[in-house]
Amino acid sequence: MPTLTIDGKEITVDNGLTVLQACEEAGAEIPRFCYHERLSIAGNCRMCLVEMERAPKPIASCAMPVGDGMVITTNSETVKKAREGVMEFLLINHPLDCPICDQGGECDLQDQAVAFGRGSDRFEEGKRAVAEKNMGPLVKTEMTRCIHCLRCVRFAEEVAGVDELGALWRGENTQITTYLGQILDSEMSGNVIDLCPVGALTSRPYAFTARSWELKKTESIDVMDALGSNIRIDTRGKAVMRILPRLNDDVNEEWISDKTRYACDGLSKARLDQPYVKLDGKLTPANWAEAFNAVADALKGANGSDVAAITGDMADMESMFALKGLLASMSSDRIDCRQDGAALDASCRAGYVMNSGIAGIDEADYILLVGSNPRSEAPVLNSRILAAVKGRGVTVANIGSAEDLTYRTDELGDDASILDKILSGKHATAKALKDAAKPMIIVGQGALARTDGGAILKAARDIADKYCMADGWNGFNVLHTAASRVGGLDLGLTTDGGADGIMDDAAAGKLKAVFLLGADEIDTSALKDTFTVYIGSHGDEGVRHADVILPAAAYSEKSATYVNTEGRVQHSEKAVFAPGEAREDWTILRALSDVMGHRLPYDSLEALREQMAIVAPSSAQLDQKPDEAWGDFGTKGKITSGGIAPAIDNFYATNPIARVSNTMADCIAARETEVEGATGTNG
Amino acid sequence: MKMKTLLQVFKSFFLLEFLKALWLATKYFFRPKHTINYPFEKGPLSPRFRGEHALRRYPNGEERCIACKLCEAICPAQAITIEAEPRDDGSRRTTRYDIDMIKCIYCGYCQEACPVDAIVEGPNFEYAAETREELYYDKTKLLENGDRWEREIAANLAADAPYR
Repeated sequence: MPTLTIDGKEITVDNGLTVLQACEEAGAEIPRFCYHERLSIAGNCRMCLVEMERAPKPIASCAMPVGDGMVITTNSETVKKAREGVMEFLLINHPLDCPICDQGGECDLQDQAVAFGRGSDRFEEGKRAVAEKNMGPLVKTEMTRCIHCLRCVRFAEEVAGVDELGALWRGENTQITTYLGQILDSEMSGNVIDLCPVGALTSRPYAFTARSWELKKTESIDVMDALGSNIRIDTRGKAVMRILPRLNDDVNEEWISDKTRYACDGLSKARLDQPYVKLDGKLTPANWAEAFNAVADALKGANGSDVAAITGDMADMESMFALKGLLASMSSDRIDCRQDGAALDASCRAGYVMNSGIAGIDEADYILLVGSNPRSEAPVLNSRILAAVKGRGVTVANIGSAEDLTYRTDELGDDASILDKILSGKHATAKALKDAAKPMIIVGQGALARTDGGAILKAARDIADKYCMADGWNGFNVLHTAASRVGGLDLGLTTDGGADGIMDDAAAGKLKAVFLLGADEIDTSALKDTFTVYIGSHGDEGVRHADVILPAAAYSEKSATYVNTEGRVQHSEKAVFAPGEAREDWTILRALSDVMGHRLPYDSLEALREQMAIVAPSSAQLDQKPDEAWGDFGTKGKITSGGIAPAIDNFYATNPIARVSNTMADCIAARETEVEGATGTNG
Repeated sequence: MKMKTLLQVFKSFFLLEFLKALWLATKYFFRPKHTINYPFEKGPLSPRFRGEHALRRYPNGEERCIACKLCEAICPAQAITIEAEPRDDGSRRTTRYDIDMIKCIYCGYCQEACPVDAIVEGPNFEYAAETREELYYDKTKLLENGDRWEREIAANLAADAPYR
């Protein structure tokens, strides 16, 4: 533990820190552009110069490791002069186009030029101009503004895992470009926009539409995947302008996936903004009273299991709880949260969460993926695995179709029956798992959604039980694809036969009514002749055969509870009001229950949450990774050999919001044309 | 006491005060006039006069405004509303530029904030209207104002330039 003096103040810091980090601990602010906490150290912007005793010239503090007895000065005249000099050099080629730059108002260069610059420029020659680069439909480039900090290059390599960004030429002529001018093919590419300290890389869909100072910022939770990334929703008036990541070291660090960031334009498209009732085979606009009466009339005398419900992938816990309550009032408990038919078992919580935790990946030393493609199912989690592979040489083995996960994997084959061999110890992987101190087994929805999913779950559980348990370490993990799934399972929303059973019964005419709570990932043609109530925000698959549509709020429009794949309970905040007549889901269900004659016993969100905490006590434990008691789950059975189909076939179109988003459509189109497109010589 | 009364009688009898006033009136009758025959004649205006707003164009007809929203940000009365998006050629332009002339307090900050001299307060002050609606200016109206007053605005800016 070295002790050093910073601005006359003695401080003892951890070994291996840099002088910049030590200065920060001592409370001295050091300006920087290239240095970033989560990226490797480059030391190429020179903005962090400080004075060190007995050093002939100022040192770059971000690249200098701390040593015992160092005497650092950060506020001397020399340091001030050095910073002014560096700033003047940086501004030589930087255009004076702040008024048309989207970074204006939240620009590191702008802020630091005011704070540390000398205020005037002595450069009279012409400035350098650089041609724009094509980085795809998400990242807009204005390379004249680039100050060559190389944060984006390091991000692409270290966090996104795609070596597609790089710097060409040297000195003043340095240019950042993509490999052969192709688009940035990563699900994490949007993060370079946040990293860029100037306006060289900005968001293309957000281009020129708003200024940072006119946005209202709401801290919320993402529902595009099951990771529960912490996000900030920036709104202006009624419109969601952009979504940015929020810091949470245990969940998403400070990254979010492109779908999280850019699907927000889908929030204003194809919205259900008023109730509809089917009259003479045609959906007609109605008011709330008419819609509620239509439901009440159709459900008159409904009892027991002739009423069923399926909840969607983005449903919040409150609305699922309210729907469960509504069905219970008709003495039905046929409500299922597993649209994809994943054989998850709600009886044991350890059986459907990520027991090692997302941050557990940072400790794991062996990872076995079973039917999971984290790159498309949870890109931010995938970059954590990448960091483990790159930083600590963790081995990742994969059972399932071989995909490019941005790191090297041991492909064990696309055959689920390998699990049996591993369990019996005959497979080489069994030894690797046994040798590892903290092995992780990550089971994906692709494997669980098979007809033998229960057996796969059981086999994975037994493997984890045999090899992946250590003191304070549970290596069994389920990676979900739906933000609502763990919450739904916490509420016990499973039925025998699952969603498929409900659809089969509906097709056979055995059901009187089916409620769909934002369920769009199912084939609703079976519901053609069954009375169907759709409660949701977007006109997607779910409304195709709906008889009554009750317009609800999207995730940005309600305060709600979501449980992520590791069982962490998080509350999202309402950023804007739902459009038109649309209301928050639970209030719709509460009002409907009143019309139907059995009023649900809560009038406020708080009261609902109190009641919910009785059914699912975990929902009251906010923002902590739970340690679940280990148990037995899954069903014994034979695992049939054969391939595991991926849970997600198109990352950019997994939910109704993403499917109507123009930006997501552009991403899909860009990837389709890329195959035969640019050769690198065509411009 | 007696003398004073006598003087009063003398003044009254010979209409002295009346004649004095008549003389004054006659004198002013032949002096140059202070009033002007508004609206046919107009008084002088400072080049810094802050009148009706206008959005200017470059000599080639391209609108100056680049939608930086600094005027919107600085406006103390929050009278300006701007919406922007990339134009087809990729440049940053407003799709909406509204000024609520009733909210506006004519402080001239918008003009000060503008980095491209696009929004200016011109020399026109004769835009009184009978309804409120007529005083909600949109982009078309402001650009029209700019086209109409460009010569005067440019002259005013040039006259004031040495003091900036």
